[in-house]
Amino acid sequence: MPKVTVDGQEIEVPAGATVLQACELAGKEVPRFCYHERLSIAGNCRMCLVEVKPGPPKPQASCALPAADGQEIRTDSEMVKKAREGVMEFLLINHPLDCPICDQGGECDLQDQSVAYGRGGSRYDENKRAVTEKYMGPLIKTAMTRCIHCTRCVRFSEEVAGVDEIGALYRGENMQITTYLERAAEHELSANVIDLCPVGALTSRPYAYEARPWELKKTLSIDVSDAVGANIRVDSRGREVLRVLPRINDDVNEEWISDKARFQVDGLTRRRLDKVWIRKDGKLARASWDEAFRAIAAVNAGASVAAVAGDLVDCETMFAAKKLLGALGSTLIESRQTGMSYPVDNLAAVNFNSTLAGIEEADAILIVGSHIRWEAPLVNVRLRKAAKRGAKIFLVGAEWETTFAAEFLGEDLTVLNNLPDYVNDTMKGAERPAVILGGAALANGALAPALALAEGWNLVREGWNGFNVLHMAAARMGALMLGFAQAGGIADLIAAKPKLLLALGADEVNFATFDGALKVYIGHHGDKGAAAADIVLPGSAYTEKPGTYVNTEGRVQYADKAVFAPGDAREDWTILRALADALGVTVGFDSFPQLRAAMVAEVPALGVEGLANYGALPAAVAGAKAEGRIAAYPIKDFYLTNPIARSSATMQECSSELLHGEDVLEAAE
Amino acid sequence: MADRAPHPDSPELRARWGNFIWNEANQAKAKEIVARYPEGRQRSAVMPLLDLAQRQVGEETNTQGWLPIPVMEYLAAYLDMPVIRVLEVASFYTMYNIAPVGRFHVQVCGTTPCVLRGSDDLLETCYKRGMKQGHTTADGLWTLTEVECMGNCATAPMVQINDANYEDLTADRLDVVLDLLARGEQPKEGTQEPGRHTSEPANALSTLKDMVTENHDYRSAW
Repeated sequence: MPKVTVDGQEIEVPAGATVLQACELAGKEVPRFCYHERLSIAGNCRMCLVEVKPGPPKPQASCALPAADGQEIRTDSEMVKKAREGVMEFLLINHPLDCPICDQGGECDLQDQSVAYGRGGSRYDENKRAVTEKYMGPLIKTAMTRCIHCTRCVRFSEEVAGVDEIGALYRGENMQITTYLERAAEHELSANVIDLCPVGALTSRPYAYEARPWELKKTLSIDVSDAVGANIRVDSRGREVLRVLPRINDDVNEEWISDKARFQVDGLTRRRLDKVWIRKDGKLARASWDEAFRAIAAVNAGASVAAVAGDLVDCETMFAAKKLLGALGSTLIESRQTGMSYPVDNLAAVNFNSTLAGIEEADAILIVGSHIRWEAPLVNVRLRKAAKRGAKIFLVGAEWETTFAAEFLGEDLTVLNNLPDYVNDTMKGAERPAVILGGAALANGALAPALALAEGWNLVREGWNGFNVLHMAAARMGALMLGFAQAGGIADLIAAKPKLLLALGADEVNFATFDGALKVYIGHHGDKGAAAADIVLPGSAYTEKPGTYVNTEGRVQYADKAVFAPGDAREDWTILRALADALGVTVGFDSFPQLRAAMVAEVPALGVEGLANYGALPAAVAGAKAEGRIAAYPIKDFYLTNPIARSSATMQECSSELLHGEDVLEAAE
Repeated sequence: MADRAPHPDSPELRARWGNFIWNEANQAKAKEIVARYPEGRQRSAVMPLLDLAQRQVGEETNTQGWLPIPVMEYLAAYLDMPVIRVLEVASFYTMYNIAPVGRFHVQVCGTTPCVLRGSDDLLETCYKRGMKQGHTTADGLWTLTEVECMGNCATAPMVQINDANYEDLTADRLDVVLDLLARGEQPKEGTQEPGRHTSEPANALSTLKDMVTENHDYRSAW
């Protein structure tokens, strides 16, 4: 490990570190624009100049210079100060002085660093360069005159997203960043370039001119648009969520979030349920909470009550429902709305055991029935990393456009019973083999044959567990931990013919199968569930309540409440608590802390932030055979998978323009 | 250079160039060029292939050639690389024409030595014939571009027309060259200075005089 001296302070740095990293380890701030920890080194902004001895008597770009033994690095010398001022002046030559009308203002690297490292004024009185606007789709707003050519966006789309759609045309001063023929950026993670852009060249289109960063209340939260549980920061002002940004968590989402997680939030103000509704003569009519509770109590359901949890629900809501049903004497609870009925007595068998960060290390991966790019874009990023490291990846299921080298083995699931020899050999010979089962595989009963394969390939070994199930619902693992599942799936609930059905944000249920029941929908959006319900009780969306979420790898995470729910809407647990009173039972909690304490007392793993331990995989069932075909995946439209996204104008625009190729609607049309 | 931009993509352009493929001779050449690079690195061949494609377009249009968007897409597919990367290369180097050019592409050098030796007069000569920088004349004969150094500083000023260099020019000499070209004749390439062969000293030798007859060791003079 090389020993270097940074501003007179001697430190040891890891082998392969750059001078910039050495400076950071020594606690020195080095300004930079093009350098980014998760992207390749470009060395083209020159902002990170430092003085290094031995070496030529001139400042060196520290981001691209390897730290070597005996180097004497100075970040505080006169030479460095002058070099930074010089670079800053050059960068500002062509950068417009439009900070007052720029959305990046207040959170702009260029602004901050010019204050910290630049000269006080400008000596430039020539004409500035101007660049024509570039269209990059409905999510990314461009002002390319502001671009300082750091090429972070180009490197992101090539290296992380794996879709070469952004490039730098022309050269020198005339260089312009654009997508090919100004087509919309179509990748599911495309909007991360907004965060990467150190200036205001790429900004958020839906958030344009909405707010300044210092006006916003920042709340730490968890994304519910898929089962990855990306760590997000919810920025709100007053009662409105204005935007969502990723938080850094290397174990979960690194530094990225999907476009859906980022931009579905404008759906939180549309089609909201903010009043109590009761169906009278086939039409929903406004009512009061009292009327609704009386109507529910009037059914006299007794123990004949069932509850179905939706995909976005937090653990506390489900636990409150479970307690309520328990007090009424019922255990008819289920979260797999679409009818899946895989066994859940051992949660290790339905968990992403490799962990999201761990799957990067796999060297042979078999993916069964998962359109990963749509079901979990952030897992796709990890798989791309694995493939870049040399992992062999095979897929079973209908073909989709992968962003990594992979081989499709066909739609027919029976291929699992008799895999080609080279696949078998690769998986057997791999040091860290992994299997990933998607929702389509679970629905087709591929869990048992996959477990058999896992046993055959010895997927679980010292320090490695290669058996993975990739869920799509943020609520799924939490629901399963709370026992929100029946052996036969939702069919058991239908067979029980309950008199009262509580749908907790459940929109994908086929409500026609619950014909005789009084259907009470507790949720936040007027979607399919509310349309089928007899009574609608307005609840809270994920930004409007504190909650516990468990992601697909069994990671327990907590989200905070960012804003209050609109109108008469309440936090879901309070509705269930009030319902308990109306039905004359006690559930044992009167406040949120009590509810959470009761939940943790029953499922202790939910009280510990981090990975839950589900124990060992179950033994494989002998003779389990795969059958069926995976001709399609459950997600038909990436941008419209949940009620919030379906209500979001931005997501609808993305869906019509990016997936269905419709022309952009101009304002005049 | 600032107004360099790829020729807009249009249905007409697609109709004309959408079915571009290598002709027989270039097919073999392209194969040979790709084979120069290691397996899996075939995209390194993008620069020679862009040139080859430009020349093939030139043959078809009887010009120096240019690179329509569909041709770049064909190349991207041929080399199995993203088309944006092809466009990046083509738009970076000014020797790739990304918009159509006329019969003769007049490239006047505008770097310091040529300017000192009178390239402004050469540009003026071109303007008089109706040429405009970055544009093709209405008759389709001339396209004028001001380019950076072409490496003929010893015989400055110079103009490159399609692939031929014309050096030691004056306004009159350039007029003669352009007249001949317009008439369909081929002017003498290289220096236009009478009595000069290539880039040898124009007058008496002024430096390295001891080297005329034999190899002289100048090191003792340092």
